[in-house]
Amino acid sequence: MATLKDVTAIAGIGQTAFARQLPESEKVLACRAIIAALDDAGIAASEVDAFASYTMEETDEVEVAKAIGAGDVTFFSKVGYGGGGSCATIAHLAAAVATGQAGVGVAWRSRKRGSGPRPWKNTAVQLPAPAQWTRPYGLLRPSDEIGMLARRYMHEYGATRDHLFNVALACRNRANQNPDAMMYERPLTRDMYMTSRWISDPLCLFDNCLETDGALACVIVSAERARDCRQKPVYIHSVAQGLPAQHHGMVNYWNDDPLTGPAWTAARQLWKQADFGPDDVHVAQIYDAFTPLIPLSLEGYGFCGRGEGAAFTEGGALESGGRLPINTGGGGLSEAYVHGFNLINEGVKQLRGVSTAQVPDAATCLVTAGEGVPTSAVLLRS
Amino acid sequence: MSDSLLSPVVDEDGAPFWEYAARGELRVQACAAPGCGELRFPPRPCCPRCQSFDSEWRLMSGRGRIWSYVLPHPPLLPAYAEQAPYNAVVVELTEAPRIRLVGNVVSGPEAALNSVDPGRLRIGTAVQAVFCPTDAGTTLVRWLLER
Repeated sequence: MATLKDVTAIAGIGQTAFARQLPESEKVLACRAIIAALDDAGIAASEVDAFASYTMEETDEVEVAKAIGAGDVTFFSKVGYGGGGSCATIAHLAAAVATGQAGVGVAWRSRKRGSGPRPWKNTAVQLPAPAQWTRPYGLLRPSDEIGMLARRYMHEYGATRDHLFNVALACRNRANQNPDAMMYERPLTRDMYMTSRWISDPLCLFDNCLETDGALACVIVSAERARDCRQKPVYIHSVAQGLPAQHHGMVNYWNDDPLTGPAWTAARQLWKQADFGPDDVHVAQIYDAFTPLIPLSLEGYGFCGRGEGAAFTEGGALESGGRLPINTGGGGLSEAYVHGFNLINEGVKQLRGVSTAQVPDAATCLVTAGEGVPTSAVLLRS
Repeated sequence: MSDSLLSPVVDEDGAPFWEYAARGELRVQACAAPGCGELRFPPRPCCPRCQSFDSEWRLMSGRGRIWSYVLPHPPLLPAYAEQAPYNAVVVELTEAPRIRLVGNVVSGPEAALNSVDPGRLRIGTAVQAVFCPTDAGTTLVRWLLER
């Protein structure tokens, strides 16, 4: 059977500034990030023949292709379920390049969530069928939906708000090292966390990601071609998507075991194709729209056992020098929430050795997409 | 009181649930194939166990336990912000714990979403279904704490 293992690589990354409010449109930001990524790789826009993004992206590939001056496009893909699609863009482009459907793929995400609309704000006109079972009761926002899982998790396994604080702090500490991060000059203390306002008890302000304007992109080519590009190649070692049996969107209360989310499904596929396992991961970028997603993901991806994710966060395990440094740019909680795409680019920076919170000699990195929703993940190696 | 809150946008699969609720009955979709009888929620066209398209709506006792809950605080849609912080709960049914319904624990069928002291909410607490007609014509299933 054909394998994707190390056959393709990320050759370029690009991003715009991150801010609560940027003057330019999502389309302009998308083009800036994509052109920056192509410059980084040293590849002409006219060579791009594949695009991938994920739902809730407002800028279509036709707009992007036309604007940047792409050539004929022979592969394009848009992955469902919002933030769960971030790593799947890499997966789809890797497959397209590996099978000869395209030669140069661009994945991107552009968002103005800091100054633009939030998807739950117009809830009344955005009620897909499943919402009939939840939204009339005031379960309105992703934070409410994940908060429900979080309280059950805390009840079953003795997880506490201090565990969630450990997650928020690790991300904030890394952001404090990253001049591009929204929270670069804003340290977090336990007192700030414990006295902050509730969003959806048991989740407080600091358990929630940042609303951010910004865009990011990366360029995927064959491993062979990547070796001739400007930057050191970052190989796409293993990819997976995950939609568990009887899963139901972010309100995952209706399968047999709601505390084993899509991460578990994606992880089984991811590790099956990989030459190494969780113990060999040097650094991880784990989707952190909300702090509880970290312990749930640590369990799902096999870094610890069921119910051990909260305890895993103790003793600085997630910090630089810890057992598993995570979200080394600051993550969605403290760098920028651009639907997880900044986690992909940060993984590339780590394997190039240029992160602002560089893990010494990092050669393997796990990047994950939104947990709770149908998800995806990618293992990168240098 | 509920007219400014969101009403269920009912789809074909879910319609019977709401019709029974309007009659004061909590019914859950079940497979009607001989020898199966698998309960399923949310409703859907066919049985995930045996793939039969035959289904029936089985009457439940309306007794359940709190599986989890949150207390949403603003920013929220205006009608909800007025009652915040309120509770939103997931209830697992006593006779079918894998059937879980989102709802609110209230002091009476038509009481406000914040009519019960959140300090009385615990995971595992017993609750009983009640039915709250809304001005929009649907009937929501809500929950009373059992005494």
